[in-house]
Amino acid sequence: MPIIDVVMPKLGESVTEGRLVRWLVRPGETVEAYAPLCEVETDKVTAEVPSTAAGTVEAILVAEGDVVAVGTPIARLRVKEAEASAAMPSAAPAGAAGSGAPPADGAAPARVGQGAVPTASVPAIGATEARDGRGAAPPASGRTERGGGSLRGRYSPAVRRLLAEHGLDPAAVPGTGAHGRVTRKDVLAYLKRRADAAPATVEAPVHGPTASVHPPREAARAPFDGDVVLPITAVRRRIAERMVESKRTAPHAWMMVEVDATRLVRYRKAVMGAFETREGFRLTYLPFFLRAVTLALREHPRLNAFWTDEGIVLRKDIHLSISVAHDDALYVPVIHHADALSVVGLARALHDLVERTRAGRLRPDDVAGGTFTVNNTGAFGSVLSMPIINPPQAAILSIEAIVKRPVVVDEGTIAIRNMVNLTLSLDHRVMDGAAAGAFLQTVKRLIETFDEATFAV
Amino acid sequence: MAVKTYIEAIREALWQAMERDPGVFVLGEDVGRRGGVFRATAGLLERFGERRVVDTPLAESAIVGVAIGAAAYGLRPVAEIQFADFIYPATNQIVNEAAKIRYRSNGAWSVPLVIRAPYGGGVHGALYHSQSVEKAFTGHPGLRVVTPSNPYDAKGLLLAAIFSDDPVLFLEHKKLYRLAKGEVPEDFYTVPLDRARTVREGDDVTVIAYGLMVPYALEAAERLAREEGIEATVLDLVTLYPLDRAAIVEAARRTGKVLIVHEDNGEGGVGGEVAAVIAETALFDLDAPIRRLTGPDVPAMPYSPPLEAWFMPSVERIAAAMRELARF
Repeated sequence: MPIIDVVMPKLGESVTEGRLVRWLVRPGETVEAYAPLCEVETDKVTAEVPSTAAGTVEAILVAEGDVVAVGTPIARLRVKEAEASAAMPSAAPAGAAGSGAPPADGAAPARVGQGAVPTASVPAIGATEARDGRGAAPPASGRTERGGGSLRGRYSPAVRRLLAEHGLDPAAVPGTGAHGRVTRKDVLAYLKRRADAAPATVEAPVHGPTASVHPPREAARAPFDGDVVLPITAVRRRIAERMVESKRTAPHAWMMVEVDATRLVRYRKAVMGAFETREGFRLTYLPFFLRAVTLALREHPRLNAFWTDEGIVLRKDIHLSISVAHDDALYVPVIHHADALSVVGLARALHDLVERTRAGRLRPDDVAGGTFTVNNTGAFGSVLSMPIINPPQAAILSIEAIVKRPVVVDEGTIAIRNMVNLTLSLDHRVMDGAAAGAFLQTVKRLIETFDEATFAV
Repeated sequence: MAVKTYIEAIREALWQAMERDPGVFVLGEDVGRRGGVFRATAGLLERFGERRVVDTPLAESAIVGVAIGAAAYGLRPVAEIQFADFIYPATNQIVNEAAKIRYRSNGAWSVPLVIRAPYGGGVHGALYHSQSVEKAFTGHPGLRVVTPSNPYDAKGLLLAAIFSDDPVLFLEHKKLYRLAKGEVPEDFYTVPLDRARTVREGDDVTVIAYGLMVPYALEAAERLAREEGIEATVLDLVTLYPLDRAAIVEAARRTGKVLIVHEDNGEGGVGGEVAAVIAETALFDLDAPIRRLTGPDVPAMPYSPPLEAWFMPSVERIAAAMRELARF
């Protein structure tokens, strides 16, 4: 019975490596094809790696907690003859877990056609990284040594200097030295891989100065005695890079409207009891705003777009990214085809994504493909925020807290109303204030007039 | 160019220096009638006569003392110590006089003296014919200590030493005398007295060595490159005092992993000083602890062949240390 390797799948377009969180099988166990073998965490998601074939686990090659490059063999399976020829070690996991990112987030300024994003480029990138991954870990180093881990957390002066200069997370660099030590060459190879990979990734077409995330260290920035230095997690690093990239590439303009949400507040109050009984979770305001946003985006496609030098791409599909804060990190899961959902559908989708975010069970697909972001800052009690656009999208909307305020209603009448600020950051390359204002007016009108048929739960 | 041995290159340098400058003369035990116990001065007596090729008593202190006096008067003596092991009676002359006369006379006098001393083991010479004496003479400002690792450097470095106005202790590794062969130009040329030389380049590990250990390190490096893909930078120190600090630091930075090899005992040896230069200057380029592979800290090289082999760093042991460092 032949033996095949299961390799670290590519769990997203710009992902080059992942941390093996937990093995779900043990050597000697029998597994079905597509049965989960282990959990892997990247800077984007946590995902299960499916078995590429039915067989017996012959060996586990990577220890829990280790970070390995995409394409690195992580386990060996003993399979039947037929399975061996059928199983395609890299293709299967990539297809199952990974690059199925909808064309939307895909690179392609080209065109939005019927998934006509050049899929050929996906295997190409994968192949490159797989090769690099193998190159990074010479066979002599032996993964068993790495499992020992006795030198994994010890860094030489040269390595520490390189890590600091490039703002790298040491845990992200695969170590090929004795006992898994990260060597100076490992860091240099990692940097080279990253530089080589950058032009191929889509999300950062101009990936030049990541260095801007890490300005040169000045003496004034050195920690004083008693200061605490928080290690930078892969997710934190990713957030930092994305934020800097957004601020650097997209000129942010900003606009706010005040919206009278009194009708919405009343309606929700009237239906929330029945809703919770029926659905089993609380009805929040957010799904109503999401509904209004999808309708407004349909009317104002300029906000559901992104900039390329070849042209502004207006998206056909509306996939709403929702920011969810969890564990000192910000996740942005996506409700795909949000315009096809009612308030109930949106509420269910939202509930599901939030639950899975907090459980650390987001799949790569869950975070891919967003076309517009809604930021629920009201949940923190904020009444005013200036969100940073989630690249490559063109705009982001913050829903602030609903607060009771005295408002002039009719001529000479002041009433207590439930007011909410909606703040929008827009990519000024893609649109001007007029388009943004028109969009906000549509959302405002929808919430204020509050047609119950539109928002029915 | 012709291929010559290390000892032939030295003889040629002496010959050319004496042809070039009537102030150059040689003195030492058996250098004249016998032509030197290693034949370094063979033929010189016949060609230049006994006023310029002087057989001396067995008194190293006198050999160096006479040479210092002659040098101070403007001649360019080349004193031979028959075996470096016998140099210690002359230590006071070398360290207290030769090294310090320019300083003591406020620059009025200098000592353009060369002391040639065959050193090193691996030749079944045992206690009195195998010693490495460099650590006793490095660290004395005013005295240069150099040692060539190949015939080209042997000739060029000796000519540079003879025509330098500084006292130079010129250490010749006995085992290289007839082992090392290489192209040596017929013409007069010099090799700088204060420059180390990169003799091989690679990114995995840096070996810093001198004398016999240079060809050993090169052989180990070639073997590792061929069989295991480990590429080494090899730096030949050439000058043991003062050290070529810039070259040492550059070689260390190249890979961040440094192996220092010498045959002399480890503790108190030249390697410790090399390691200090690197630690002081290149800490943030170091990717591994600086490592030394040296003769053991025992009093002398044993006569017994197995024990002599145990004492001498070998190609195999150098390769093993390089491999370990490359994989660290």
